[in-house]
Amino acid sequence: MKLPTLREVGTEAKLLLIGIPVFIWTMVPIYHMFLFAISPKEDAFSGKLWPDHPTLNNFSIVFHQQHYFLRDFWIQFWNSVVIALSAGALTLLIATAAAFSISRLRVPGGRWVMNLALFTYFIPAAFLAVPMYRTMGNYGLLNNHWSLILAMVTIASPYAIWVLKQASDKLPVELDEAATMDGATTLQLFRLVYVPLMMPSLVAIGTYAILLAWNEYLYAFLLLSKDTEITLPVALGNFLAADDSPWELLMTTGFIYALPPAAIYYAFKRYMVGGLTAGAVKS
Amino acid sequence: MAITLSGDHAIPSPPLSARLTTPQVWGIVLLAPYLLVFLAFVVYPVGYGLWLARHPASYVALWHDPIFARAAVNTLIFLLIGINVKMLIALFLSGFFAQQRTWIKWLSVLFILPWAVPSIPTILSVRFMLNPEWGVINQLIFKFTAEDGPNWLNDPSVALGMAIGVHIWKSLPFWTLILMTGRLAISHDLYEAAEVDGASWSQKFRYITWPSMQTLYITCTLLSMIWTLGDFNSVYLLTGGGPADLTHVLATLGIRYLRLDQLSLAMASIVCALPFVLPLVYFMMKRLSR
Repeated sequence: MKLPTLREVGTEAKLLLIGIPVFIWTMVPIYHMFLFAISPKEDAFSGKLWPDHPTLNNFSIVFHQQHYFLRDFWIQFWNSVVIALSAGALTLLIATAAAFSISRLRVPGGRWVMNLALFTYFIPAAFLAVPMYRTMGNYGLLNNHWSLILAMVTIASPYAIWVLKQASDKLPVELDEAATMDGATTLQLFRLVYVPLMMPSLVAIGTYAILLAWNEYLYAFLLLSKDTEITLPVALGNFLAADDSPWELLMTTGFIYALPPAAIYYAFKRYMVGGLTAGAVKS
Repeated sequence: MAITLSGDHAIPSPPLSARLTTPQVWGIVLLAPYLLVFLAFVVYPVGYGLWLARHPASYVALWHDPIFARAAVNTLIFLLIGINVKMLIALFLSGFFAQQRTWIKWLSVLFILPWAVPSIPTILSVRFMLNPEWGVINQLIFKFTAEDGPNWLNDPSVALGMAIGVHIWKSLPFWTLILMTGRLAISHDLYEAAEVDGASWSQKFRYITWPSMQTLYITCTLLSMIWTLGDFNSVYLLTGGGPADLTHVLATLGIRYLRLDQLSLAMASIVCALPFVLPLVYFMMKRLSR
């Protein structure tokens, strides 16, 4: 066995000197959340780094909705699921159609639409929130899930269209030409050639839109207010309304709420990193 | 537009339907859903918002509102410190994570967590850590020094600093990942040649890494500026704009006015940010649309 040289040990030590602070910095808020989720109330509030009596009781309270703040937990969870999936599906549908139209069919004015979409993408969503709230009020959609779904589609689709357009520009034109020569109609071209070839990007974009909608807080709390209509993040924010909030339950609910997006992220990481980071910043 | 219309000017135009080929008709049909969404949920709200912000009186009222002035200053501090610190650390860490080590690979999987999980629970978790009585930080301070720790979120400048910290915690992984992609794209031969010539670490950075990454770095900084400007969660969920509305930024101020039912002020405060946002948006659009 070859012993590491002094220099190698030195490099490794330097790397560890960076790595350990990075690890601590990253994990502390998440560990703190996890710690609260498995702590009984007395332990959580005593500043211990590991509870004396770790318990899953908090999860049971949340799942059985045994607290005033949690009485609508399951319906709020369901609202989050429905809104995230609908926003994802709708974004995918609208953006794929638009990207196909702009990139493959070279529709007149397509470039112009692309620029408008990009413009929307770069306007911070928080700035659009106030007018969006008023607009949804004018459309009579406030307190209706559609308002949040449509708002999320509006915010997600510009980036979706842009990424999909970039990806589909890379497909060779000859494919379309060959298919058309063989007598494929435009819709067949879309269904049988375009969509299968674009699958990796479509997965990335679908995931992106679902995560965006699932994580959204600002629009959700503006547009939805009834306890049985709101999504989980709004319910979490509502915990703060009371001075003596049950923080261990808040953190437990937050932990449950954070699990699905983390799982989705890691499951689709392959697609996300390839499809999104390449598109996110093109230098 | 140019594709169909160029050269059509001399001949009298036949009816629209005859000029368009079938794929083009399909193109319009497929583009229509997005255009509808755009008209209903971007054009109309923006137009309506600008219309609400039309009164000069709103701007006078804003000018006289000390909270607005404070929010504007806070926003500048937030941007200046938040973005530069974040991007410099990201640049540094992108080099760290580009190292080929198994444990660094594993660390990078964990490192992405702040970006992968929603911000609400984690920010609230930080908020409780900073609780002066029950938070773990002050309890540890008390345990070791037998003195009470500071009331973190009750001092406006500390609270704003904490909000910046939360913002950095949340978005650092994303930018590190992006910069790492840029770093990995640099040819390894360059570094090997530099190694042979006996270049130091700083020389390698100065003459190889930085020249290949500066465009990417600047693009990232600008993009991050736009997104940081719209960061509502870091401030709102950590401090709620408090104490005494002294930690608001422009992103949360609009919502504050909305809650006070001062709609025209809400819109006016957003309009005030536009001269700053629009050049950035224009620049980014030029970068991204070929």
